[in-house]
Amino acid sequence: MDFLNSVFVKPFADMVAAPDFLLQVLWEGLVAGVLYALIALGFVLIYKSSRIFNFAQGIMVVFAALTLVGLHEKGVPALLALPLTLLVMYLLAVAVERVVLRPLINQPDMILFMATIGITLFLIGFGEIIFGGENKVMITEALYIPTGSFEFEPFGGFLLIEQKDLTAVVGAGVLVAVLLLFLNKSRIGRAIRALGDDHQAALSVGISLSTIWVIVWFIAGVIALATGIVWGARAGVSFALEVIAYKALPVLMLGGLESVTGAIVGGLAIGILEKLFEIYWGQPLLGGNTESWFAFVLALIVLLFRPQGLFGERIIERV
Amino acid sequence: MLYRTAGQFKTSYAADHALFPVRQDAWLLGVILLFAFVIFPLTASEFTFKALLTPVLVYSLAALGLNILTGYAGQLSLGTGAFMGVGAYACFKLITIFPEMNVLVAILASGFFSAAVGVAFGLPSLRIKGFYLAIATLAAQFFLVWLFEKWAWLCNYSSSGSIQVPTVEMFGTPVFGPNALAIVQYYFVLGVVALITIAAINITRGRIGRMWKAVRDMDIAAELVGINLMKAKLSAFAVSSYVVGVAGALFVFLWRGAAEPVAFDIALSFRVLFIAIIGGLGSVLGNFLGAILIVALPVILNTLPATFGIPISSAMVEHLNTMIVGALIIAILVIEPHGLARFWQIIREKLIMWPFPH
Repeated sequence: MDFLNSVFVKPFADMVAAPDFLLQVLWEGLVAGVLYALIALGFVLIYKSSRIFNFAQGIMVVFAALTLVGLHEKGVPALLALPLTLLVMYLLAVAVERVVLRPLINQPDMILFMATIGITLFLIGFGEIIFGGENKVMITEALYIPTGSFEFEPFGGFLLIEQKDLTAVVGAGVLVAVLLLFLNKSRIGRAIRALGDDHQAALSVGISLSTIWVIVWFIAGVIALATGIVWGARAGVSFALEVIAYKALPVLMLGGLESVTGAIVGGLAIGILEKLFEIYWGQPLLGGNTESWFAFVLALIVLLFRPQGLFGERIIERV
Repeated sequence: MLYRTAGQFKTSYAADHALFPVRQDAWLLGVILLFAFVIFPLTASEFTFKALLTPVLVYSLAALGLNILTGYAGQLSLGTGAFMGVGAYACFKLITIFPEMNVLVAILASGFFSAAVGVAFGLPSLRIKGFYLAIATLAAQFFLVWLFEKWAWLCNYSSSGSIQVPTVEMFGTPVFGPNALAIVQYYFVLGVVALITIAAINITRGRIGRMWKAVRDMDIAAELVGINLMKAKLSAFAVSSYVVGVAGALFVFLWRGAAEPVAFDIALSFRVLFIAIIGGLGSVLGNFLGAILIVALPVILNTLPATFGIPISSAMVEHLNTMIVGALIIAILVIEPHGLARFWQIIREKLIMWPFPH
């Protein structure tokens, strides 16, 4: 009875008793969720256009952020380092297409997935050799990202919202809007979606596979840079971030591999739910640190009921 | 020339299906076993045992377990490290609860615990397929490592949260713990690995192995020809997790000597996965080739620049190692998606035909 009480009654009682704290938890979860959603978005774009499960997306985030900070440390002004980093991400996209994707055309999905693990390892080793393995501080001020914080007093309590988090949420929203506009309205966006629907049909109407792949990997690189800046501002830049990139996997599975909406909804849902679970159930009952597995178990349970994820395309199998 | 098959006639189907249809294969294996059982133990130093021979065997076994699941039954697993952890913790609890138990029995029995856990996390595979299934094994990976950290009973409430291997004897010789000789541990590991490898070869060649391969190639088609998917997939999870669990117990008890929960994190899962990929999915030989490569690479990188007089820091070696492994994976996938084992197969076929091209 005591146990049932502490599982089903007490957490909700705590929530109602301290609504300002609940709001703070929700906000933290929302910010984390936006970041998960951004990483997952990079995955979805690549999966949609080439059916490659790109494991390297998480490491691209770290790599982009490291390049930006590394260039700044070498004395390049921040506003110049930004386009230079974009150039590096573009070169990376070209290199990946040339060295990895083109020779592996028509191989089974599993082989391509393993190849992206190879890219991940290569980027980790390469990045650590060039930029060193130690933790770096994101150049928040130099990029004119506000660092102050707002304080509110809802319900007579106390709520703290950091301006850089707010910038992150707004920035991510704008990025997603631009991306959706690009995918739905522009020529290249249509070509990307056509490739996602049917490779051969797209090829036969004159869409160049290799050009589109470079573009898609470059867009994934841009998303990675945006994520890297936001995340780096919160937690510093180092390869320890790659662990957080694994979080994008359950987000992806939960939302469905092909769905942009799924990535966003899944990211926000996992970000908020895992924070709530950690604060109200994990810490008092399970000894804390449940964030390391909650997202995976949640995604697993959802998948048991919907094997294609919440928004994924229905899986039709033929023999 | 060396592999000429002239004069080797098969007069029955049984002879044609034998383990070594070409006699030279058996001789080659004999030579390798002679090296493993006699020549290496006679010549190797303590360092070689600890840094090369035992790790190669342990990683080969772990990769063999993963290969059964991913290479033969086609179910992607990213949770190998956690299942190795289950084997190691089970073995630790077994020998501390029953100190009289024979160590060989303890090691082999610990595999059953990880097999049970493996089947539990394999259940979703009946409904979830392909990349979506990776989430089930990832959930196992992160959840189990968290459990190792939080459940103090597992490490007998030790203050550091890690398991320390006690000294345990078998027939009067210490096998576990700091007092055991490296050569004894090597022979123990070699024996277990050889035993399980023989079993694995025979399972994968037989009825169950063919069932797994059918499921891997297309599970709906396999179901239509009368294969029970539940039986096939869960048996793959069980056998695979058993082998991986035994490898985990060997990993801690006969090589590392101690282990923290972090030792079983996702990095270990990936290391085993690379061995399986580089070696070749769906091959037993490949695991050994891959393990040799992955274990030897950092050792070579450590010693090679020093012999040429180039100073190189150990951190640099680690980064270089990561980078080279990444590049190797890509290179091997591009050149030959079926891994090192396929290379050997090609060489062998060429040798059989030599000097004629066809």
